[in-house]
Amino acid sequence: MADYDVTVIGAGPAGLAAALAADEKGKRVLLVERAARMGGILNQCIHDGFGLLRFGERLSGCEYASRYVRMVEAAGIETTLLTFVTRVEKKDGVFHITLVTKDGVRTVTSTALVLSTGCRERTAKQVGIHGTRPAGVYTAGTAQYYINILGEQPAKRVVILGSGDIGLIMARRLTLEGAEVLGVFEAKSTPSGLTRNIAQCLDDFGIPLHVSHTVTRVFGDARLEAVEISEVDEKMQPIPGTAQKIDCDTLILSVGLIPENELAETLGVTLDPRAKGPVCDQNYETLVDGVFVCGNALHVNDLVDYVSESGASAGAAAADYSGKARELAELTADGGFLYAVPERLDTAGDLSKTVVFFRSREVREKSQVSVSVNGETVFTKKYQRLKPPEMERIEVDLSRVKPGDRVTLELREA
Amino acid sequence: MEKTFVCIVCPNGCTLHAAEENGVISVTGNRCPKGEEYAKAELTNPVRTLTTSVATVFPDRPVLPVRTSGAIPKDAIMPAMRVIAGLRVNHAVACGDVIAENFMGFGVDLVATDDLRV
Ligand SMILES: Cc1cc2nc3c(=O)[nH]c(=O)nc-3n(C[C@H](O)[C@H](O)[C@H](O)COP(=O)(O)OP(=O)(O)OC[C@H]3O[C@@H](n4cnc5c(N)ncnc54)[C@H](O)[C@@H]3O)c2cc1C
Ligand code: SF4
Repeated sequence: MADYDVTVIGAGPAGLAAALAADEKGKRVLLVERAARMGGILNQCIHDGFGLLRFGERLSGCEYASRYVRMVEAAGIETTLLTFVTRVEKKDGVFHITLVTKDGVRTVTSTALVLSTGCRERTAKQVGIHGTRPAGVYTAGTAQYYINILGEQPAKRVVILGSGDIGLIMARRLTLEGAEVLGVFEAKSTPSGLTRNIAQCLDDFGIPLHVSHTVTRVFGDARLEAVEISEVDEKMQPIPGTAQKIDCDTLILSVGLIPENELAETLGVTLDPRAKGPVCDQNYETLVDGVFVCGNALHVNDLVDYVSESGASAGAAAADYSGKARELAELTADGGFLYAVPERLDTAGDLSKTVVFFRSREVREKSQVSVSVNGETVFTKKYQRLKPPEMERIEVDLSRVKPGDRVTLELREA
Repeated sequence: MEKTFVCIVCPNGCTLHAAEENGVISVTGNRCPKGEEYAKAELTNPVRTLTTSVATVFPDRPVLPVRTSGAIPKDAIMPAMRVIAGLRVNHAVACGDVIAENFMGFGVDLVATDDLRV
C-alpha cells in the first residue's frame, strides 16, 4: 500500500482547497510546500478584492490565504514545509515522489497526485528588449515581493511595461510608497488587466495608460537610466520615427503568466498549447491516470475564488481515484476562444454539472456561447460583452455525452 | 452633471452612468444596488479602502500587511500613508487584530490582514 492516498504539491489556494477536500473524504493526505509558510503567492498580495464569491467579502490576498491555512491546520492535515518536490515517477500504478529538504532527500509513495504548483511570470528575456541588462528591471511579482514581504522600496521613477493585473496593482502600490509611476505601456491595442484595476490603480492616481506602445530599448550600465518607448502597429512592430526616451530608474514587467509545469512534463502529461497547462477532464484529471491539476498550474485564473473551486474539485476527485479506466470524449473550443478547459470529458464519470472556464480571443460585444453534442445545441448563453482578461464560467449538463461524441464550444454574434 | 466610470466594488466592473439633476442623482448601468451606492459616493464623497503595510521591529518579518476596516475619503489616502509610515509593530499579531483604533478619526480601524507569528 502507498504511504498516502493523495499527495498535494504546492500549498497555495489551489493546494489548500485540494488537501481539505481530500481530507474530508477521510483519505490520508500529504501537503507539500517548498516555501516556509503556506498560502502561495497570496502572501504577497496585500491588496483587497479577493473572496467576493467564496466568502462574500472583499478580503486581501493574505487574509483569504489565512482563512484556508486555519482550516487546514484545524483539520490536522499532514504538511511538510520547506520541502521541494524535484521528481515524480509512476511505477506499478503508484507515484514515487522525491522530496528535498534541508535534512536531505526522501521518497514517499502516493496513490493519487494533485499538482497545484501555480504559475510563473514571463521575464525580460521572453519579451526581447534590446540594450543592456542593468539593475532596476524587475517582473511585477518580484517588485511585489520586495515591497510587501521584504519591506524594501528601491524605485523612484518607474515605467511599467504591460497592463497585466499585477502591473496595475504595483503601479498603485509603488505610488503609495512614494515612487513616481510615469506610465503603463501596453503593446496590444486593448489592456490585458481587469477594467476595475485600471480604474482603481491608474485613474485614481492619474497614471497614464498608453496602449499600442512598447519598450524598444533600455539604457544604463550598472543601474537603469532610461528606456526608449515606441508606438507599435497592429502586428506589434515598432513604428519608425515614434521613439521617445524616458528617464527612469526602474522598469517593471507585467507581460503575462504561464502555468508552472515542470513536474507535469516529467510525468509525460500532455499540455494544451492554448491554455498552456495540462489537458484534463471535468474532474481535473490529466491524461496520465491519477494525476490531477488545479489552480494556476492548469490555466492562469484572474479570480482566486475559482482557483479554490478547482482545487476542491481536483482534491475530491483525487480522493475518489480508483484506477478504473476512463472513457474520454473531446471537448473542443472554436477559434473565437483563447482557450477553454476542460478539453476532455470522462463519460464514465458524472457530467451533469460540467464546469467549463473560457476566455474569448478578442474583445467582443453581444455574443452567444453555445455547446453542442454531435452538431445538436444543448446549451446557450448570451453575453453583453466578452473580454480576454475576464475569464467566464459556465455550468452545463453533459450527461448525454458518450465516448467518441463530438462536443464543441462555439462563439458567435448574438 | 454627468459622469461615466467603472464600478470597482466587484469583479463584474460594470460601466456606470451617473447624472445629477436638482440634487437628485440617478444611476444606470449597475447590475446591483451596490453600484448605485458607489456611483453616488463618487459624485459626492469618493471613498476607498486603503491596503498597505506597516513596518515591524522584527528582521524576519519586516512588514505586516494592513487595511482600513472600512472606506476612508479618497483624498486622505496619501496623508494616511504618511501616518502609517510613522507606525512600528513590536508584538505578535493575529490576522484581524486592530493596529490603530479609529484611524485618523475616520471611524474605521487599521487592521492586520495577516498573522505575525514571532
Ligand atoms: C506575482 C503574482 C501576483 C498575483 N496577484 C494576483 C492578484 O492580485 N489577484 C488574483 O486574483 N490573482 C493574482 N495572481 C494569480 C494568483 O496566483 C492566483 O489567484 C492564485 O494565488 C493561484 O493559486 P495557486 O494555488 O494555483 O498558485 P500559487 O499561489 O502560486 O501556489 C503555488 C504553490 O506551489 C508551491 N510549489 C511550486 N512548485 C513546487 C514544488 N516543486 N515543490 C513544492 N512546492 C511547490 C509554491 O511555492 C507555491 O506556494 C497573482 C499571481 C502571481 C504570480
Ligand atoms: S454594479 Fe454591482 S455587479 Fe456591477 S460591478 Fe458594481 S458591485 Fe459589481
